Amino acid sequence: MSSESLAGLSNDLLYSAMAVYAVAMYCYAAELAFGTPRRRSAELPDRELVAVGASPAYDVPGSTVATDEDATRQSKASRLGRVAVSLTVLAFALHAGSVLSRGLSAGRAPWGNMFEFSTTGALAVTGIFLILMTRRDIRYLGLFVLAPVLLTLGAAVTVLYTESEQLVPALKSVWLLIHVTAAIIASGILTIGFAQTICFLVQDRREHRGDGSPAFMDRFPDAATLDRAAYRMHAFAFPIWTFAVIAGAIWAENAWGRYWGWDPKETWAFITWMVYAIYLHARSTTGWRGRKASYIALIGYTTFLFNYVAVNLWLNGLHSYAGVG
Amino acid sequence: MAGSTLTTGPQLDRDPDERPPAMRPVEFARWTWRQLTSMRTALVLLFLLTLAAVPGSIVPQTGANPVRVEQFKAAHKVLGPWYDRLSLFNVYAAPWFAAIYLLLFVSLAGCVVPRSRAHLATLRSRPPDAPRHLDRMPESQRWTTDADAASVGAAAVRVLRDRRYRVEVRGDAISAEKGYLRETGNLVFHVALVLLLLGVGVGKLYGYKGSVLVVEGSGFANTVTSYDNFGSGAAFQDSDLTPFSLRLHRLDVRYQASGDQRGAPRDFEAHLTYRPDPDSRPRSYDLRVNHPLGIGGDKVFLLANGYAPVFTVRDSTGHVVFDGPVPFLPDRPQGGSEGVVKVPGAQPDQLGFSGLFMPTAALDLQLGPVSTYPDTRRPRVFLNAWYGDLGTDSGVPQSVYKLVTTHMTQIRNADGSPLAKALAPRQEMSLPDGRGSIRFDGVRRFATLQVSHDPGKPWALGAAALALVGLLLSLFVRRRRIWVRARTGAAGRTLVEVAGLSRTEGDGLADELSEIRAGLRLGEVGDDSGSGPAIGPADEED
Repeated sequence: MSSESLAGLSNDLLYSAMAVYAVAMYCYAAELAFGTPRRRSAELPDRELVAVGASPAYDVPGSTVATDEDATRQSKASRLGRVAVSLTVLAFALHAGSVLSRGLSAGRAPWGNMFEFSTTGALAVTGIFLILMTRRDIRYLGLFVLAPVLLTLGAAVTVLYTESEQLVPALKSVWLLIHVTAAIIASGILTIGFAQTICFLVQDRREHRGDGSPAFMDRFPDAATLDRAAYRMHAFAFPIWTFAVIAGAIWAENAWGRYWGWDPKETWAFITWMVYAIYLHARSTTGWRGRKASYIALIGYTTFLFNYVAVNLWLNGLHSYAGVG
Repeated sequence: MAGSTLTTGPQLDRDPDERPPAMRPVEFARWTWRQLTSMRTALVLLFLLTLAAVPGSIVPQTGANPVRVEQFKAAHKVLGPWYDRLSLFNVYAAPWFAAIYLLLFVSLAGCVVPRSRAHLATLRSRPPDAPRHLDRMPESQRWTTDADAASVGAAAVRVLRDRRYRVEVRGDAISAEKGYLRETGNLVFHVALVLLLLGVGVGKLYGYKGSVLVVEGSGFANTVTSYDNFGSGAAFQDSDLTPFSLRLHRLDVRYQASGDQRGAPRDFEAHLTYRPDPDSRPRSYDLRVNHPLGIGGDKVFLLANGYAPVFTVRDSTGHVVFDGPVPFLPDRPQGGSEGVVKVPGAQPDQLGFSGLFMPTAALDLQLGPVSTYPDTRRPRVFLNAWYGDLGTDSGVPQSVYKLVTTHMTQIRNADGSPLAKALAPRQEMSLPDGRGSIRFDGVRRFATLQVSHDPGKPWALGAAALALVGLLLSLFVRRRRIWVRARTGAAGRTLVEVAGLSRTEGDGLADELSEIRAGLRLGEVGDDSGSGPAIGPADEED
C-alpha cells in the first residue's frame, strides 16, 4: 500500500473508532443511570446461591431485598455494561489500527506532531483502562475515561490535524521512541488517576452530606476505595513520568548540548513532577490526606494539560513540534 | 511552654499578661530547625519552588532567548526595569529562586539525616515480639491442625524465609518482617537529589559553552576568541579548552517539497574534518542534529544553519576592497535572511550595504521581496547602498548584522530615489558617481555550531538513575510484619494463628496471609506423609 492510502486508511479507522467509542460511552452512561447500587449488586451472587437452596428469607412479603423488577433492570443494565466493554475493545482495536497505519505511512513512530501525540495518547488511555479492567472491576469509570478520549480525538481530527509526513531533523532519534513513549504512557495513567480522583471527591462529599445525590454514584465504590485506587494510579505514573523527564534530559543533551535548559516544555514537565511529588508527600502527612491531597492531584493534572496544550501551541520554545499551521 | 518554668529571676517579675519570654538563641535555633525540617514546611517549600518556576516559562529568559528579552524591554518601558530588578528575565539564576531550593535542600537534609540514623538502627534490629492477641491485628487467620506445634513452627520459619522475610523465633511465636528496602529506597531517592544538585553545580562551575558560525569552506579552532558567544563557569580557565580544530566542507540540507508542511526541514548534514589536537591527522565526520561529535570531553552540535551570500566589492579606484561570504541572519519565513556588507577599506568613503537574501525569491505587492521556499531555487539579493563613516573605528562595539547609518548617506539614483537592486548570482550593481560596484558572486551555507563541555554530566546522570531506582523501591516495596503462633490446644490439636500488619498503603496483605497459610499446609502434608524435607530442598533449588 502506498503512503497516501495508508494515511487515508488511518484516518478512516480513526473516525470509525470515534463512532464506536461514542456508542460505548453512551452504554457506560446508561449502565450508570439504570443500574442498581454497587453494594446490592455485589450481593446478587449470594442471593442466587441461596435461591437454589429455596431459602425462606425471600418468601417474606415486604422484604427489603431487590424485587424481580429490580433484578431484571439490573441484569439489563449490566448487559449494557458488558456491551460497553466489548465496544471499547472494538474501538481500541480500530484506534490501534489507525495509529499503526499512520506510523507505517510515515515510516516512523507515529508521534511526531501534536495530532499524532493526541491520537497515541488517547490510545494509551484506553489501553491502560482495558488492562486495568482485566485486574479490577473499574467498569464504573468507563464514562469518565472515554469522555476525555473522545474529546482528545475530536480536537485531534479538527484543530490539530496534520498530514502524515517525515520528521524534522531534531526529532530523528531513538529517544523519540523512549522519551515520548514514556511520557504518553505516564499521561494515560495520570488521566485515569485524574478520573478516579474526581470520582473520589464527588463520592466523599456525598458520604459526608449523606443525601445520596447524585444517585448514579451508588454504582461507584466508597470514597476510601476510590482514594486508594487513585493513589495507586498516581504512584504508578510518577516513576514513569520521572523516567520520561530523565530520558528527555538525555535526549536534550544529545540534540542541543545541554540536558536542562528551562525551555517552557522542560519547565512545565518539572512543575508537573513537583506537583505530583507534593501529592505523594501530602498523602503521608497528617492533615493533608484525603480531600486536600486530591486537590493537589487535580492541580498536577491541570499542569500536565497546560504543558500539553498551552506550551505546545502558545509558548515559544524548542519543543515546537505541534506542526499546527 | 515547658521552657517558661525554667526562666530566671528577672523574667519572673514580668506581668503575667505579657507575651512569653523571648527564646534564647539556642532555643530559637532549635525551634527554627524543627520548623524547617518539618514535613509541613517541606510541602510549602515544594509548592514555592513549583510556583517560582512558572514565570520563567512565560517571561522571556536571557539564557534562552536574549533577543526576545530586548524586544520585551523595548515594548514595556515601565514593566521592563521592574522585571529586571526582580530577576524575572533570569528566573532560574535568581537569588530568590536559589533561596527556595537551597532551603528545600536544607530541609531535606534535616529530614534525611535523622531518618537514615533511625533506619540503620532498624536494619540492625530484629523483628518485634508477637502481640498477645494476634486476632486483633488488621489481618489475621486461625485454624487447627493435627501436626504438632514444633513442626508447624519449623514449617513457618521455612515458608517465611522463602518469602524473603527476616525471621525471629521467640517462644511459641515467630516474628517476621520484610520490606526494609522501602525506606532504603526512600532515603536513596532523597540523597540522589542532593547528588543531582551537586552534579549540576559542578557542571555550572567548570563547564563552558560557546557557539560559532562557520561558513562552508572555512574552519574553526577551539580558542575563546574564535567564538561568537562564549560562556563559562567561575572555576573555568582558558587553558581547559580542548585544543581541537575543524573545517566545514559542505552543508547538505533537504526540505519538505510539498504538502501542508512544505518548507519544513527534513535533513541537515554538515560534512567536516577535525583534528582532536594540532598534532593529529584530520578525521572526517558527518555532523547531524542528534548526532553530535565528541572530541575529548567536548561535544560539538549542529544547532542552526543559514545562507552567506558571497560578494566582491570594488571602490572608486577599481581595486577589490572586499571579497568573501557574508553570513545573513535567517530571520524571515522560508529561509529569507537579512544582513549587511561593511567595506571600511573603500576609497574615498567607506561603503556599506544592507540587504535581503531570498533563496527562492518572489515579489509580494505588500511585503516586497519574500522567499517562497527555503532552498536555493531562485536566489536573489536585494541591496541598498550607503557611503560615509561606518563607525567601526569609533570603539563602540556594533553588530555585524546591522549598519549604523548615523554618519552615512544613502546612495541615490539620479532621480533621487534610493539605489536598490535585485541581483541574481554573478550579477553586478554599479554605484553612481563612480563610487565603485558590488557583485553577487553566489551563495554558500553556514552552520551554527555549539561546543559544550560539562564535567558534571556523568554525575548528574548517575544521580538521576539512582533517584529513579530509589523511587521505585520506595513506592513498590511493601513493608510488612507477619506473626505466626502455634500452640497445642484442646484435644491435642495444634492451634495456628497468623497475623499481619502492613506499614504501607495498598492491599494484598490478606492474600499474603492466605499464601503463607497454603505454604504451611503444604509443609504439614509433607510432615504427615513422613517425607517432609522433600518439598523444602526442591523449592530451594529453583
